[in-house]
Amino acid sequence: MARHFRTLILAASCALALVACGGKDTTPVAEKSTDTGGSLKGDLGPPQGPDVRAVLTSPPMVPPPTGRKHPARVIVELTVVEKEMPISEGVNYTFWTFGGTVPGSFIRVRQGDTVVFHLRNMPDSKMPHNIDLHGVTGPGGGAASSFTAPGHVSRFTFKALNAGLFVYHCATAPVGMHVANGMYGLILVEPPEGLPPVDREYYVMQGDFYTKGAYREKGLQAFDMEKAIAEHPTYVLFNGKEGALTGDQALKANTGETVRLFVGNGGPNLVSSFHVIGEIFDKVWFEGGTRYQENVQTTLIPSGGAAIMDFHLEVPGSYMLVDHSIFRAFNKGALAVLKAEGPERKDIYSGKEVDAVYLGDRAAPSLAAVEKASEAASTGALTVDDQVKAGQALFAGTCSTCHQPDGAGMPGVFPPLAKSDFIAGDPKRVPNAILHGVNGKVTVNGKEYNSVMPPMSQLTDDEVANIATYVLNSWGNPGGHVTKEEAAAIRAKATAATGEGH
Amino acid sequence: MRAALAGCLVFACIAAGAAIAAGAAPRYVGLPGGEFRTALRYEDYKGKPARVAPFALMRTPVTNGQFLEFVRAHPEWRRDRVPQVFAEPRYLQHWAAPDALGADAKPDQPVTWVSWFAADAYCRSIDARLPTWIEWEYAAAADETHRDARKDPAWRERILAWYSRPSSQALPRAGLQAPNAYGVQDLHGLVWEWTDDFSSLLVAGDNRDQGDPDKKQFCGAGALSMDDRDNYAVLMRVAMLSSLEARDATTNLGFRCARSAP
Repeated sequence: MARHFRTLILAASCALALVACGGKDTTPVAEKSTDTGGSLKGDLGPPQGPDVRAVLTSPPMVPPPTGRKHPARVIVELTVVEKEMPISEGVNYTFWTFGGTVPGSFIRVRQGDTVVFHLRNMPDSKMPHNIDLHGVTGPGGGAASSFTAPGHVSRFTFKALNAGLFVYHCATAPVGMHVANGMYGLILVEPPEGLPPVDREYYVMQGDFYTKGAYREKGLQAFDMEKAIAEHPTYVLFNGKEGALTGDQALKANTGETVRLFVGNGGPNLVSSFHVIGEIFDKVWFEGGTRYQENVQTTLIPSGGAAIMDFHLEVPGSYMLVDHSIFRAFNKGALAVLKAEGPERKDIYSGKEVDAVYLGDRAAPSLAAVEKASEAASTGALTVDDQVKAGQALFAGTCSTCHQPDGAGMPGVFPPLAKSDFIAGDPKRVPNAILHGVNGKVTVNGKEYNSVMPPMSQLTDDEVANIATYVLNSWGNPGGHVTKEEAAAIRAKATAATGEGH
Repeated sequence: MRAALAGCLVFACIAAGAAIAAGAAPRYVGLPGGEFRTALRYEDYKGKPARVAPFALMRTPVTNGQFLEFVRAHPEWRRDRVPQVFAEPRYLQHWAAPDALGADAKPDQPVTWVSWFAADAYCRSIDARLPTWIEWEYAAAADETHRDARKDPAWRERILAWYSRPSSQALPRAGLQAPNAYGVQDLHGLVWEWTDDFSSLLVAGDNRDQGDPDKKQFCGAGALSMDDRDNYAVLMRVAMLSSLEARDATTNLGFRCARSAP
């Protein structure tokens, strides 16, 4: 029986071998040919033609495609500059930079290129620096070969064997502090055939920052090593400054165009859940590699990693780039704007729909003031003080998300309510905006805002009157009050005109 | 007990000798030495504290005025006469002339743009030497009230704050900061300083690195060869010194001299 069994096994394994052999013949060759071969096939021969001086660009701009069909010797010259720059409005920080910006200059080469890298360290630098490019094949990614004292320049050469979008960063000890001070950027190694052409390309890089003072605390802020070790950033930013890509600095495009974002994450600590509010990425070259995923909402960008994303713009308006670990967006600055211009496409997006606000956090105790106010209103004993207290509780759930609990708003995105010349100009604008929303350009305290506030018409007349009265009596606004009847009258008006010039 | 007493005597001796040599305001301060746990991992100590012999250290870094006297007395160290193997072309470039200071080099400011060779020659000319790294680290571990303040976050933060300011502004005068517990000033917060053995800090100083001298220039390796890994304040000074060669000079690198016990 045992012998019999063994024979059977033998027969079976023979059959298996046959199948395997037969299978080999029919293994789809296509499966293999879609593999790029990585670094093994990345050496495309010796450099040809004259030396090429790499075009370096400051963020958010991206150098043009290399357009080459052959490998070349490419000269890159990058200068390390330690300099004080604003990190937020009225807040300065000493950044250490590659090329004077955070993130550093964008470098674009082609797979197979021989890159001759010159790293210069300004004579007035305090620290030595070096560069580790994730696109380099070799120990340290160039770090040891580029270790450069202040007032020195060093040179090393590498062949870009792997195509992809790669982070570069300073790797001088303590590396965390060098990175936290802004020493990172992106190098794109184009595949031999290049990337599919698009209408616009932009360069955005996230980083976390650790300052001694609290978020938006004014003055020159020093680096806080303790916060950095604890991984508790004060700021999480795109392109090194709160508001670097909002207002007049917003990224610009037209509807009907395809936009490509090269997005990196310098860290030093946080991983980014990168998302564009109101858009879906048509393609994401996830992790900056060769393959793309389609129809993506949010893509994960690790610290020291990058991704490329393409999307076609249909509907005009402002699209917000955020780290969807969302407190970072609204409380630490991880917010940028892409402004799309073009004719409305109401067939795709009406642009006027009511955005119902979820008020799940309206816990009973905090609404005691609201109850008191409505009771007082019914007995005719309602004071401005009652209204302010009630309004404050309602404001916290409804308005503070965008306009911030202190009414300061968000530069370039949500106008401030505090000390607002727009409100002082006509206090009725407050209840009007609550009930009918704001659509289009408004100028508040000398700054232009152009976005949409949805009407909050789900609020009762009482609630509108109380919130408006709270706003009018807070943060240096002119005072006064709005009654329930006035709110009702404003609600009855069909107009949504609150923007200046309407 | 007797040994301790002898140590004290020697200590008093060098301090006194130094005071006499420098006239009324003593230029040197005597440091008692003793056991000291360095932040670096030296093969010699294998985790045990190092022994620092008693020595004397200048109170303040050498100034432009003092270095000018030296250059006048030893004209072979003028910037127009020094051989390039001993000092790079930018040596003393902030002076108005090879033997005059001018507007960008005030007599009371610490001298910078000096090579290691020049610093070494200066110290020899006054019968002194550059301090070793361990001596420097030992003296610089103190704050105003403690001889070893390295565990104090405030000490570290103060040092890091200076590191993170670029050196685009004019240097303050030497001797403006409060003396530390030993009476030494300006070890932090003014200029980087050469040490006698700076070139061995990263290579010969750590046995594991001898086969691969580049190692410390990466982040990971740098951390590995530090015994005290969160002492960034020390780590960054080592990184700075290790990026230099003995003929190099930079805008914020100066020195001070030391003397051994006789």
